[in-house]
This record gives sequence, C-alpha cells and structure tokens, in this order.
Amino acid sequence: MRVEAKILLSLGAFFGVMCAVYWNWSLENAGGVMMFAAMLLCFLPGSYYYWWSRRMKARPEDDPDSTQREGAGVVGAFPGSSIFPFTLGMGAFFVVLALVFGIWFLVPGLGLAAWALLGATAEGRRGGHV
Amino acid sequence: MVDLITPPPAFLDDDDHAAQGHDEHHGATGILKWMTSTDHKVIGLSYTVTSVVMLIIGGLFAEIIRAQLASPNGTLVSLAQYNELFTMHGSVMIYLFAGPFAFGGLANIIVPIQIGAPDMAFPRLNALSYWLYLMGSITMLMGFFTAGGAANFGWVAYAPLSNSINTPGAGADLWIGGLLLTGFSAIFTGVNLTATIFYLRAPGMTMFRMPIFTWNMLVTAILILLAFPVLTAGLIMLYCDRHFGTHIFSVAGGGVPVLWQHIFWFWGHPEVYILALPFFGMATEIIAVFSKKPVFGYKSMVFATLSIGALSLGVWAHHMFTTGVVLLPFFSIMSLLIAVPTGIKIFNWIGTMWRGEIWFSTAMLMALGFLFTFLIGGLTGVYLASPPLDFFTHDTYFVVAHFHSIVMALVLAGMGGLYYWGPKLSGYLLNEKFGRIQFWFLFIGTQVFTFPQYILGLDGMPRRIPIYPHSPQWQTLNDWSTFGAILVGISMIVFVVNVGFSWKRYPAGDNPWDAQTLEWFTTSPPPHHNFYRLPQIRSERPTWDYNHPEHRTLAHGTGGTGTHHEPPLANAVVGALEHEQDHDA
Repeated sequence: MRVEAKILLSLGAFFGVMCAVYWNWSLENAGGVMMFAAMLLCFLPGSYYYWWSRRMKARPEDDPDSTQREGAGVVGAFPGSSIFPFTLGMGAFFVVLALVFGIWFLVPGLGLAAWALLGATAEGRRGGHV
Repeated sequence: MVDLITPPPAFLDDDDHAAQGHDEHHGATGILKWMTSTDHKVIGLSYTVTSVVMLIIGGLFAEIIRAQLASPNGTLVSLAQYNELFTMHGSVMIYLFAGPFAFGGLANIIVPIQIGAPDMAFPRLNALSYWLYLMGSITMLMGFFTAGGAANFGWVAYAPLSNSINTPGAGADLWIGGLLLTGFSAIFTGVNLTATIFYLRAPGMTMFRMPIFTWNMLVTAILILLAFPVLTAGLIMLYCDRHFGTHIFSVAGGGVPVLWQHIFWFWGHPEVYILALPFFGMATEIIAVFSKKPVFGYKSMVFATLSIGALSLGVWAHHMFTTGVVLLPFFSIMSLLIAVPTGIKIFNWIGTMWRGEIWFSTAMLMALGFLFTFLIGGLTGVYLASPPLDFFTHDTYFVVAHFHSIVMALVLAGMGGLYYWGPKLSGYLLNEKFGRIQFWFLFIGTQVFTFPQYILGLDGMPRRIPIYPHSPQWQTLNDWSTFGAILVGISMIVFVVNVGFSWKRYPAGDNPWDAQTLEWFTTSPPPHHNFYRLPQIRSERPTWDYNHPEHRTLAHGTGGTGTHHEPPLANAVVGALEHEQDHDA
C-alpha cells in the first residue's frame, strides 16, 4: 500500500509545483485551475492510501517474501455474468439520442437505466449468476 | 524453491460450491454470452474485435482521402464530404480505435492475468464500459446517415467553428454524444484498472515486480482519470453553447473561444500518452521475451513512464503556439523535457536487445518496426516543441506526417501485441509467414506514406485541403503518399486473411514463446478465473523463474546484471514450432 500512496502523492506534488509555476508565470486561469484540480485528484486517494498504509501491516502482495498460501482465502465476489451492464449501456445510449433527436428518447433511456439500477441492486443482494 | 507450488487462493464465486471447481463454469453461449458476460477476457475480446473493426473503418476513410489527394483536382468526393471524411477518420482512429484497443482490449485481457488476479476489480462496471464504448461508436458513426452528414469540424472541434451557426445539424451533436459515451467508458476502465492493480495482485507480486506493461497501464489509467473528465466537461459546455444559448466559447456573449482549445488539449495531450504508453508496454514485453533477457533497466523504465505521465499534463498548449495567447517558454521547456524519459525508454529497449538471443518472430519484427517508426515520429516532435519551428510548420503536412509516424508506430506495436498475446487468448498461433508479409507491407507502407508528407509540409502544403495547386513536385509526393497508404491497406487485408487462414490451425500450448510473465503460466485460453495454480513470485519474471530454475532472475540491486545464457532447449522448441507451421502450411 505504501508504494501506491507514494506514487499518487508524488504525482500530486509535481502537479502542485507545476501549477504554482505556471499560474504565477502565465496568469492564465483555465490551465491553472485544471492543474490544481489534477493535484487534488492525486492527493485525495493518495493521502487515503498513505493513512491506511501506516495503520495496517503489509498485505501478502506488498511482502516480497510471501507465499501463495498466505494469500489463500476469499478474494471477493466476482459475478460470472449479468445482463444489467448491457441494459444500463442501452439506457445511456437512448439518453444521448435524446440530446440529438428529441426529448422523448428519455422515456426508454431513463426506463432502461432505472430497470438496470433496480435489477443490478437485486442481483447484488441475491448473489447473481456465476 | 521451485516445487513450492501452492494452491491459488479460492476466488469466491457467488455460489458457495463454485470454489471447488472453477473449470465447471457453464455460462451462456453465443450472443447471450457476449451480452451478459462479465469475464474480463470475454469483454476484452469484444473490445479488441470492435476496435479492429473501427481501425478498418477509419482506414477506409483514410484510403478515400488519399485517393482524393492522388491528383491536384480530385473529384472522388465533394468538398463537404472531404471535411466529413477527415473529421471522422481522426475521430474514429483516436477515440474509437487506438485508446479502446489498448486499455479496453489488450490491457483488459492481460493486466489481471499478469498480476495473478481472478478478474478485473469491478466486473460489471467493466461490462458497462464496453457497452458505452460500443454504443458511443455507433452514435458517432450514425452521423453519416443523417441529412446533414457526419461531423465536419475536424476531430478537435475548435470553437467557433463547432457552434450551432457554423456547424448546424445532427451529425455534430451525434459526435458530441458519442464522445460523451466513449469518454465515460474510458473513465470507468481507468477506475477498474487502477483498482485491479492496487488491490488484486497475487501474493509476492509487489509493485516493483509488476511487468512493465502493467506499470504502463497503471500510469495510463491515472492519466485517463485526470484527463477524460476535463473533456467530458468541455463537451457539455459545447453542447450548452450549441443548444441552450450559453456563450462559453463565443465572443458575442462575452465568452472565450480559445478556452475550448485549453480544455480540449488539456485532455488531448495526456490522451496522446494514454494512447502511446500501453503500446510502449507491449513493445517492452515483446522485446524482452524475444531477446530472451529481462527488461534492461526495469526501474528506470518505470520511472520514465511515471515522468512521461507527470510531464504530459503540463504540455497541452504546444498545440496552441500560434494562437498567440499562451506562455511559449513554459510549454516549450516542458515539451522538450518529455524527450528525456522517452530517450531513456529507447535506450532501455536497445539495452534489452543488446547481446540477447534475438528471435525475429512477427511480434518482434513489429516491435522493432515500432522502435524505428516511433523514433522518427518522436524526433520530429522535438522540432515541433520549439515555437519558431512550430510557427513555420503549424497546420501543414509536416504535423500530419509527425503524428502519423507516431500512431503508425503504435499500430505496429499493437499488431505485435496481437501476434504475441493472441495465442494466449485463443489458444492458437497465427501463421508466421503471413505475419512477416504483413509486417513488411505495414512497415514499408508507413514510411512511404509519411516521408513525402514531411517534405510536403516543409514545402507549405496545409492540412485538411481536398484540392491543391498544380505543381509537379506536390503531385509526385502526394502520389507516393497514396501509394504508401495502399501498402498499409494491403497489410490489413493480409492480417484478416491470416486470421482466417490460421483459425484453429496451430495449437499454441501454454507458453509458446518461452515467455517470462505470469500470463504464460496459466493455460491458453485461461480458465474462468484465470489460474488453477500460481508459482511463487520472487521477481518480475515468475514464469521464467519457474521454467528455468538454473537461470533465476536476480533481485534488483544485488549486483547481477540479470543476463542469462539461454539453454539450447528453448530455441529447439521454438524452431520446432516454426518447422511445424511450415509443414502445415
């Protein structure tokens, strides 16, 4: 976890320095704001990982000498199949078509999206198909 | 040490009994499998096939463009159609082929296997990414079927050309909508890759033991997360300007047109590295494997990738030097600095090959072709980073030639990736003879179509023009360029023929290349959750260490250079494989 934190924090620090130099030198706002946001976007997860890395012992994947046995056990729940990504994707497609061809496309679009939302939630509670 | 093969961790399928037998996965088949699968390998394959189809569509646009330019007053397409063609050629190739092919296709398949993970971290989100990408592609191409035609303001959609007065019609809106969908798809893939790499590595797979391809995909994913939201925001602003009467990019209402360029290129230049870094990773893996050596300068390679990623956020306005409102020295210095980590990479690629036992397979030839073509594109990029030279060549064919050298280098590396990793996914090798024919057509075609464009650009031919003045020199150069484009087109036909010819013909086995990284430890194709067993991971080359205990990779910093003399056996295997193919063919 520590390496991950360091990568993000050092990227954020670099963007911070770059932002300070650029903004003070050019007085151009758009780029300054975007670089500042990039810095925050690195600091946010980076400081979270750093906070955790100081409070947990090294995971098997962070320990260069760990054996496969140490990682044995449940990793997480991985669904084997689900229709709802497709449903949500189609919903998003119709929402975009509503931006171009007419607002009525929102009816199938939001309908499919709502169906996907409810269905995926129910599937998550049920356990889904493998 | 070598016999210490331990069972892999149990991956919890949602059924309780599933942990007892992953191989007993019986899912849907056919179109229902394609629609419902959340397996990263199936999604990755869908991505790869879709993006290669996009490459062929974009390539057809390119051939039409080159046919139009074969004579000064070409009449193949109308001037309006020409605008649509170059816009959609750029859009399809950048948004719908190069990025999705790399981070949705090959990375989606390979990254989880390379780090010993059972799947991507968020399988359903991964499937959603694919559907957004596919529907975004269809949305963008639907423009051709509208009355006003497809988008025609160039793939960069500069304001005020892209506003509702200068570009009315549905084609432009479909372009914006399609880009919104593919943009979200890219963001979700970036989230997925980052979470997978941070949380699902196998025990012993520390960050500094990850293969270079996975490292490059991590940096790519971080860049996606930093850059794509900016584009999405910009597109929403553009849509509001077009339809809701806002004046963000129009002078009339107090807006700033050049703001669009700032937003677009703040995404656009990191995007160049989002496109390039995955292919750098592919070339690194291929060169190391076919030189039978570990990657030379592993850590410097990682830091070069990280610094390219970091610097890429500070160079966007080198696309805007001629607007006259950007800070020239800052962007020039930052752009020139990128040459340093890129140079380190090229040095390391050569160092990897140095005194290696090089096997010139198709994948290796493609990687070498990438190295050569990328070097040309990279060096001409250094010229463009200098404002005085950029003022002279801006918006000429010199720029077109520069970035086509770069992207054709990426196509070469991507083809190498297909020849190298295809057998892992399908279980079958591609024919090497066809592969070599394809390589030479692709490689020579690339040089023949870009070199004349460099000269044309220096001679002052602007980009995006459908007709040009009668001049014997310009016509000759354009004809050569068209000829090169035809050679590239033939290479794609050879590839399709090769896929058809080699279909289920040459069984690959688990590790046909005597490769080094974890994906070659599992079966070809891998089982449902990728591994039946995992080796101990003690270096960045676990499969090599397992297969060659007498030539184990030394830990970083222990004084060894890590070069190995190859036992004769591996090459004998490889030789037999080629022989077998010759025999079959």
